[in-house]
Amino acid sequence: MELLSGNEAIAQGAWEAGCSIGVGYPGTPSTETLESFAKKEGVYAEWCPNEKVALEVAVGASAAGARVIATMKHVGVNVAADPLFTAAYTGVGGGMLVLAADDPGMHSSQNEQDSRYYALAARIPIIEPSDSQEALLFAKDAFGLSEEFDIPFLMRSTVRVSHAKTPTEPSGRTEHVRKEYVKDPSKWVMMPAYAKGRRIDLDARWQRLREWAEECPYNTVEMRDTAMGVVCSGAVYQHVRDALPNASVFKLGVTWPLPEAKLKQFREDVDKLYCIDEASPFISSHVAALGIRIDEMPGSLPPYGELSPRAIRIAFDQQVPEAEQAQPNLPPRPPALCAGCPHRLVFKELVRAKCIVTGDIGCYTLGALPPLSALDSTVDMGASISMAHGFELALANEDHSPVVAVIGDSTFAHSGLTSLLNTAYNQGCGTVCILDNRTTGMTGHQGNPVNGKTLQGRVTRELDLEAVVTSLGVDDVRTVNPNDMKATREAIKEATQATDRLSVIVFRSPCVLLRDSFVVQNPYYINASCTGCGSCISLGCPAIAKDAETGSATIDTSSCVGCGQCAQYCGFHAIEQS
Amino acid sequence: MNQNSSTIRVLLAGVGGQGTILAADLLAKTAIASGYQVKLSEIHGMSQRGGSVTTVVNIGREVHSMVIGEGEADYLLAFETTEALRNLPFLAPAGKLYANDVQISPLPVLTGKASMPTMPAARLAERGCHLVDAHELAVKAGSPKCANVVLLGALSTGMPFSAEVWEEQIRSKVPEKTIEANIAAFRLGRDSVEVA
Repeated sequence: MELLSGNEAIAQGAWEAGCSIGVGYPGTPSTETLESFAKKEGVYAEWCPNEKVALEVAVGASAAGARVIATMKHVGVNVAADPLFTAAYTGVGGGMLVLAADDPGMHSSQNEQDSRYYALAARIPIIEPSDSQEALLFAKDAFGLSEEFDIPFLMRSTVRVSHAKTPTEPSGRTEHVRKEYVKDPSKWVMMPAYAKGRRIDLDARWQRLREWAEECPYNTVEMRDTAMGVVCSGAVYQHVRDALPNASVFKLGVTWPLPEAKLKQFREDVDKLYCIDEASPFISSHVAALGIRIDEMPGSLPPYGELSPRAIRIAFDQQVPEAEQAQPNLPPRPPALCAGCPHRLVFKELVRAKCIVTGDIGCYTLGALPPLSALDSTVDMGASISMAHGFELALANEDHSPVVAVIGDSTFAHSGLTSLLNTAYNQGCGTVCILDNRTTGMTGHQGNPVNGKTLQGRVTRELDLEAVVTSLGVDDVRTVNPNDMKATREAIKEATQATDRLSVIVFRSPCVLLRDSFVVQNPYYINASCTGCGSCISLGCPAIAKDAETGSATIDTSSCVGCGQCAQYCGFHAIEQS
Repeated sequence: MNQNSSTIRVLLAGVGGQGTILAADLLAKTAIASGYQVKLSEIHGMSQRGGSVTTVVNIGREVHSMVIGEGEADYLLAFETTEALRNLPFLAPAGKLYANDVQISPLPVLTGKASMPTMPAARLAERGCHLVDAHELAVKAGSPKCANVVLLGALSTGMPFSAEVWEEQIRSKVPEKTIEANIAAFRLGRDSVEVA
């Protein structure tokens, strides 16, 4: 027995099934799945620039007969949706599993969409483990099932499956012999003439999948007290077992297609039937659509956010432990840009220049929080650049603040390239700041095309950002050290002054957490000249504090990394390096 | 023990970078080695940049849910006093509370926009908190980095696992060079509660 996270268990299951290729793009809570898979014997794994590319690589590998896994977070499935929908038509050669890791409660995401709707819309079966042991078994079985039904399988996990460690029984690997590739345009060339045939075939495959779902051992019925029956899936099943220990439970391991006959039988076997859904009405709405009567709970479940045993008890009017009131006046503890973070001065200077700043997804989204409060928007990967273009179009005929997009290196490679191409192609204007901190920071420092690091350590080349930006059609390109206040200020001023053309500033400096490339310098300290003006405090560096009594600044030398950013903002020479 | 089941629910709360996850792993391994089933749940992502972090370790003969609701934690091990206060609503009425006697200022306090709670020790004492000076004891044990293991030592006094099993897990989990310091830290943490 090993205590594995759901992500580690999925990787283990894929490996045991003889899956030989893994692809994906990092995103919480999916990231460790591919990282764990990449460390296993006899497999190839790579980070791709984005999820669409990853899924297409997977479809190709499957067509050529290999078993392949693609991993992504829920919003990554949006990016991958284009090939996903058509992969249902083509079906597979080698078995193919796509992990969609959802984030109900939005611990680390911009929305809490439910990936099961993709299964419904794309006509792809979806399996949903409730703990690591099931994650391992489901993942292991999925490749053979995918081949048997000639269709990719989706697996949905949530944070409480992916990031919960539960007892798991790993075993050995069964090598998979790659199916020989045979050219078959009627299966793999999805032009209308062939796609129409595959569309009909898809329905035939779905007929068999519906029959399989009825018998599938992943759907388990646990009969206890027949007064109450609960239908649920995933981590919610675990909460239900704690909250309603006497209830009969229908645990769905396959949440699309639903096992219609088996659910109808369960309805017959219990007096009251309830569906317990987390963050979306997926189960209840589709069980109801089968004509199965669902009883109303005495209370109600929260319509968004994560469930817990307590929330379920409350919905069923059960006693819950008394909780004391939250302590009043506690200071919030939001995450913050690290001491020495190379993004900090860029935000400081953009605010100073009164720019409209369209942001993107990554550590630098934290630039939205006080005291920097620099961002006007964050929507999705790459949106900073395309939204900036939209702002410029809407504001074109009037005086307006400079519009500046801020995007990280990995996010630029993910979706920024096409956005920048659009602005350049359409003769748009504005300024794009690429914050190249040499890594994919927020998800835990993965490799990407810009830093030239690969998942399994194979040697590759770094993307030449300045060259690619120039090739896309941007003439005004400059490279700046973002720890240099004057250079940063000057670059932003020059770039935003030209209101009729597109400019790009590449701010390049390594993430302070990259121990192989960031060098910690001697810390700075505040001398007696400090007037308490608050200039350094306004940088929001976690190593600098304002003394509540004197109003002057202090630097915590144990967390200062010696970047010297603050010293450049001090008008009184009060910040010195030791 | 929680009134609704025989599950032991432990909430570890701290600040990103304090070693809460290693402590939770050691607790989980000790419980497994003592014959229990364990589920451990942690939150990654945005919380890593110096934000509040919590990890849940649920222990029992048969454990289902991996989360803890308000009023359900049998044990709250806080690595910082503000986080102890923040998580008090999760502590069961008869739950045990252990807290590291340290205050770490979050950014809104550093920038003067908010202030730290006054008299945290007194407020925690009302809930029968064992306050532990983990930093001082860790330094005494040989390394300030062992503060998390000092806190585990304090927690261990209230839990149904023998000191031998705890120490066995610490020996097998921490880097070899730090075994002695970690064992000393664990014992000092244990003594800090038992002597008090």
